[in-house]
Amino acid sequence: MAAGLAVSIRGLTHHYAGQGAEEHALDDVALSVDRGVITGLAGPDGAGKTTLMRLMAGLLKPVSGEIEVLGLDPLHAASELHLRVGYMPQKFGLYEDLTVMENLVLYADLRGVTGAARQAQFERLLDFTDLHRFTGRLAGKLSGGMKQKLGLACTLVGQPELLLLDEPGVGVDPISRRELWRMVQALAADGMAVVWATAYLEEAERCDALCLMNAGRVIFAGAPGEQIARMRGRSVLACDIRGNRRHFLRRALGLPGVIDGVIQGDAVRLVLAEGQAPPVAELGEDAPRIVPVEPRLEDAFIDLVGGGPDGRSALAGTLAEVALPDHVDPEAVIRAHDLTRRFGDFVATDHVSFSVRRGEIFGLLGPNGAGKSTTFRMMCGLLAPTSGEAQVMGIDLKHSAPEARQNLGYMAQKFSLYGNLGVERNLRFFAGIYGLSGRSRDRKVAQMLESFELDRYRRTQAGELPLGFKQRLSLACALMHEPPLLFLDEPTSGVDPVTRREFWSHINALVDRGVTVMVTTHFMDEAEYCDRIGLVYRGRLIAVGPPDDLKRQVADAALPDPTFEDAFIRLIERDDAARAAAGGVP
Amino acid sequence: MTRTPHEGFSLRRLRALCIKETKQILRDPSSLLIAVLLPVVLLFIFGFGISLDTNRLSLGIVLEDQGVEAQRFAAVAAGSPYITPRFARTRAELATPMAEGALRGLIVIPPDFGARLAAGDGSARIQVLTDGSEPNTANFVASYAQGLFESWLHARADARGLSADPPVSLEPRYWFNPSTESRNFLIPGSIAVVMTIIGALLTSLVVAREWERGTMEALLATPVRRAELLLSKALPYYGLGLIAMAVCVVIAVVLMHVPLRGSIAMLFVATSLFLGSVLGIGLLLSTLTRNQFNAALAALNAAFLPAVMLSGLIFEISSMPAFVQAVTLIVPARYFVTVMQTLFQAGDIAAILLPNLLFLLVSALFWLGLTARRTRMRLDG
Repeated sequence: MAAGLAVSIRGLTHHYAGQGAEEHALDDVALSVDRGVITGLAGPDGAGKTTLMRLMAGLLKPVSGEIEVLGLDPLHAASELHLRVGYMPQKFGLYEDLTVMENLVLYADLRGVTGAARQAQFERLLDFTDLHRFTGRLAGKLSGGMKQKLGLACTLVGQPELLLLDEPGVGVDPISRRELWRMVQALAADGMAVVWATAYLEEAERCDALCLMNAGRVIFAGAPGEQIARMRGRSVLACDIRGNRRHFLRRALGLPGVIDGVIQGDAVRLVLAEGQAPPVAELGEDAPRIVPVEPRLEDAFIDLVGGGPDGRSALAGTLAEVALPDHVDPEAVIRAHDLTRRFGDFVATDHVSFSVRRGEIFGLLGPNGAGKSTTFRMMCGLLAPTSGEAQVMGIDLKHSAPEARQNLGYMAQKFSLYGNLGVERNLRFFAGIYGLSGRSRDRKVAQMLESFELDRYRRTQAGELPLGFKQRLSLACALMHEPPLLFLDEPTSGVDPVTRREFWSHINALVDRGVTVMVTTHFMDEAEYCDRIGLVYRGRLIAVGPPDDLKRQVADAALPDPTFEDAFIRLIERDDAARAAAGGVP
Repeated sequence: MTRTPHEGFSLRRLRALCIKETKQILRDPSSLLIAVLLPVVLLFIFGFGISLDTNRLSLGIVLEDQGVEAQRFAAVAAGSPYITPRFARTRAELATPMAEGALRGLIVIPPDFGARLAAGDGSARIQVLTDGSEPNTANFVASYAQGLFESWLHARADARGLSADPPVSLEPRYWFNPSTESRNFLIPGSIAVVMTIIGALLTSLVVAREWERGTMEALLATPVRRAELLLSKALPYYGLGLIAMAVCVVIAVVLMHVPLRGSIAMLFVATSLFLGSVLGIGLLLSTLTRNQFNAALAALNAAFLPAVMLSGLIFEISSMPAFVQAVTLIVPARYFVTVMQTLFQAGDIAAILLPNLLFLLVSALFWLGLTARRTRMRLDG
């Protein structure tokens, strides 16, 4: 093993008990991890990242292949390995009913860090994570970002040579994620080998080395820059679009030279096939400016997996135009006025007001615990407001929630269908719930099976479906009664980029027919699909507007072209500063 | 690079894990409630709510014969401290209270009772009707009727100035529980149920909880050893079990006046061995299911219900079908109930205690050993 090499994996194959030998969790994987750098292990959910992490931590026995970690066989030298490797699993591995200090002490005892060495390490780790003030607090009472830091601190006790972080950024707001990134960078600079697993490709892009995975295989290993360089010239931004940008996107995706496209605020970002010039002739009339932009890792990922979906939704042909009753104001089909919700002393939603137009996609964006879910739940009648008004289609949810709910389709964050019922049975069940019966039910179910290409899975248990198809089925069930409003709660977290695009092509088709969509998300690129964003922070709506407007609000000389994440972070920081200035506790 | 060789079993790690587990118990109100409040509630239910004694049974006496002997029988019944009689001339009068359950049984003196008795050919009959839907009570009715009959024979003999008719009379004397109060054997037995709840039901949750919350994965990634992990789960709950036992004994002896004739040392040994079995069962289920809900349900069926139904606490084992009797042989609570009843009612009787303790020891080793074997230090397998 070379001096700088911490992990060396060759021909690694793994599948779980009960899984056929055909469906590999890992298929012939090779990986090298160097000391002193952050190696990104990137890919969508189900790509095999966690399995690979667990194999490196000696927590699973591989079916075949070779793994060497710090010169050890993880399986047979497990206890020595565990002294030298720090592994932070997805839920951080914290005891929520122990305090910050008690968690640290436990892990120090387990790793044999005692006496003066322990004091010194604790001091350093608490400085590093800025948790000094919270040592007496129960871990369960920490915010997501602080839990993540404590998880990291517990993992770092004993000064491991190799640090394995499994999706440390999940469920953590962008500000905390950036802080964590800086901390881990400092560790790597001191010579630690770090493996950072992530489903966010923009996070992977910042890693020094990259192992890109999809469906149990490594599709790229090397420097992320290589992939970016390879894509250079193929990523373009179509600006100043005339007419509807969703229509423009669909048309662009229909061109043979365009392999991928997403809406980015007012513009549309396209990825071209290799050797293709920008399709000025075909699109120039509607988009006078098509400019090259810096490629992203996601562009390369889509290219590596053979291009994204074509943007057409089979749903489009089957939908009728949404007609609003006369009394409903098309400018405010969804309306919140001074909406407030308290839980005891805690104000989860604080005098929030907004309204959503017919056919608009409105996004609620905010860090975890900011109150976006509470607001969202009040808007779909799942939670009663403490004060204020929530209306959909002119109906007050306080007084006639059931009537209002008949107007909306709801897709929950977690897969909430009946996992042990077949696809068709789930559809029939939901059709029944919404009052369809007999012929009309049969017709609607058949139509959904066809539009979402679920035909070949009609007898498959919903729980067994591939992730993308689960998503389609959830959407199909929510649309069964052709609702004029659609509520989506974090619809595509953890979903691979291809499936996410396909999902949004369906949403775009719905919006074309006048369906109004309200969505919560913490994905920045998902926010870009929205016509308008409401930024929720500490229960209040601190900014509302089109994504590009929010970006422009924070642009300055130092950052002339901010990303949406920059906008998000700056707006939150400004709010904190304003509160501090007003004398409030920040 | 060189490192100090990693040690084997480490007391430091065990201590750290035990402290962690104990803090979790202390901070979780539900475990404390189960350890302290539950014994109190259960003992009170068994002590006052359930009683297998039937004091003052309501019986109907139907005097279809109004002769001297029948009147004498009625007088005996009226004077009995064990029954509350209700007299009638015909059965029809008492049919309704009997059907409603207000009367537990009927004793019928037929119209020809006096005549047949006078004939002296032994053909005189008394009919006893009991409610078969409650077999326990029905047995009591039958034996009380028998008692009334014997008292009547005495009364009749006295009246005639003769010695008691039957040359042999049965005089049962109940040893160890002279007043045959069911509380005195129910309470010690029910302590076994309390121990089962703490040992099996509570521990069935603890390993599964670590799997569910993802902390097990983090623990397994530290140098922790199998023995440390297991002991750190077993020891704090063993301590909790001993505390609950102390609570139970105090309640039983001080509040309920159940005599404790055995030694505390023997009680401690027996409790430790029994806790070994039930902790083993709880931890095994928790380890196998990795899911709190399933583990608790399994513990309910595998430990709690057998402790109530198959331990001989409520239902006499010797009156169970042979197959079920065979099943009770592997129920640790069966042996513990016997041990507890012996310790409370009789004392340290080696001849009874030793075989039962021996089985508890084997059972504890079996369950804890199986748990150790099934404890995986990896996520798979």
